[in-house]
Amino acid sequence: MSPTEVAGGSPLLEVTGLSKAFGKTEVLHSIDLSLNKGSVTVLIGPSGSGKTTVLRSLNGLERPDAGIVTIRGGETLGADDEVRVDFAAPAKPRMRQLQAERLRDRSAMVFQHFNLFPHKTVLQNVVEGPIIVQRRARAEAEAEALALLDRVGLADKRDSYPFELSGGQQQRVGIVRALALKPQLLLFDEPTSSLDPELVGDVLGVLKGLADDGWTMVVVTHELVFARQVADEVLFMDGGVIVERGAPSELFANPQHERTKQFLHRLLFPL
Amino acid sequence: MINWELFWSALGPIALGGLIGTIPVALASFALGLVIALFVALARISGIRVLSALARFNISVIRGTPLLVQLFVIFYGLPSLGLLIDPWPSAVIAFSLNVGGYAAEVIRAAILSVPKGQWEAGFTLGMRRSTSLRRIILPQAARVSVPPLSNTFISLVKDTSLASLILVTELFREAQKVAAFSQDFMLIYIEAALVYWVICLGLSTAQNRLEKRLDRYVAH
Ligand SMILES: Nc1ncnc2c1ncn2[C@@H]1O[C@H](COP(=O)(O)OP(=O)(O)O)[C@@H](O)[C@H]1O
Ligand SMILES: [Mg+2]
Repeated sequence: MSPTEVAGGSPLLEVTGLSKAFGKTEVLHSIDLSLNKGSVTVLIGPSGSGKTTVLRSLNGLERPDAGIVTIRGGETLGADDEVRVDFAAPAKPRMRQLQAERLRDRSAMVFQHFNLFPHKTVLQNVVEGPIIVQRRARAEAEAEALALLDRVGLADKRDSYPFELSGGQQQRVGIVRALALKPQLLLFDEPTSSLDPELVGDVLGVLKGLADDGWTMVVVTHELVFARQVADEVLFMDGGVIVERGAPSELFANPQHERTKQFLHRLLFPL
Repeated sequence: MINWELFWSALGPIALGGLIGTIPVALASFALGLVIALFVALARISGIRVLSALARFNISVIRGTPLLVQLFVIFYGLPSLGLLIDPWPSAVIAFSLNVGGYAAEVIRAAILSVPKGQWEAGFTLGMRRSTSLRRIILPQAARVSVPPLSNTFISLVKDTSLASLILVTELFREAQKVAAFSQDFMLIYIEAALVYWVICLGLSTAQNRLEKRLDRYVAH
């Protein structure tokens, strides 16, 4: 039984046939993906295999050439309130923009290089989305932001500017900025790859806490220990296809495909 | 010998010319010019071919022709097409178009210097392009463009002396009047130069303050 079936009911996110080319280079070849509310999916694979492009497509930052993405409503949205985009269907620019916005409504992205707003303080970074985009009351948005910052141990940095923070602190702000949007789906693109080794643990700890709290997450990462502990399902991508998928215990202990074996071996024994 | 009496009595009209002519013309032209420049810069990076070509053409004409000629076309040329414009508005039109042409490239470069990830961080929060531009990109572009735009403004203040040739009452025209009357050309024109210099020194100081203020969020 695959993890996506465990919880029963229809999956929160369903992706079928996602394909994308940049010019003549085909980057994604008919990716299928399905995940349940509250699950953690880890995406691994060599550099250039298309992991980032998958996340960006889900967040409407990239427009795939084909494929259907369905995100179903959460409890608060009503069961029939779903976003469904068929990228193969012809759409005028205005429609494409609208589709991207509707996808973004449901998910938030945490970037490898944080992409915090350097001209805004930590608190301003976090409340920007809730106040400016979601038009929520400042007092309420700030109170929530401070509670979230407190959770990741950064409440005392509320008035600092990003340049005054370490990489690990910046990425925790990046995570809080995404959480403050209250998205149905959190997307992490190698959230610890640009951190000094001793700072990785803090950020992974935050991610694990979010998983325990029931957030639905897709995480691109090379941290195998994290994947083993936290992931419900691990997908191995190579050359724009999902080569192999399974529960981490199975996939790591007993990879079926030669490419998966080689990739895991290289990660574990880089020399 | 310096005729100090003449020097001090001339300072009044010259400074007044600066106060009611040079400075307001420069301020109005710069403000209007920045608005023009922002739109021209946005047209340049819009990716819409017609807009971008128009913007490039505008920039090319403005930068490729002398400011004095532009001024004369508007003040002495347009009346032959039945379009009579007073000296003051003529000067502001010419100078603001000129600032628009130069500042457009500065603003465009500043916008492009903001990393793409900043746009995308705005998008992932659900912002439209216009909101990202206004709240995320332009404040960062402003920091980058303050030094070159300050230089544009200081050049503009000096260039407003050309407006004396289309009869605008400003610093240099007042100086010319006093000089013609007193016949002490050396003293009066040096005095005019000094007043310009003092104005520009003040502007440089203001520029430094502004740069410090905008630099508060970057590492040193
Ligand atoms: N904007 C782009 N233009 C052209 N090629 C791109 C672009 N973005 C990504 N690619 C290419 O797509 C492939 C997949 O990239 P990416 O999704 O970033 O892989 P990963 O995240 O797994 O390293 C790479 O070969 C990359 O060079
Ligand atoms: Mg990547």
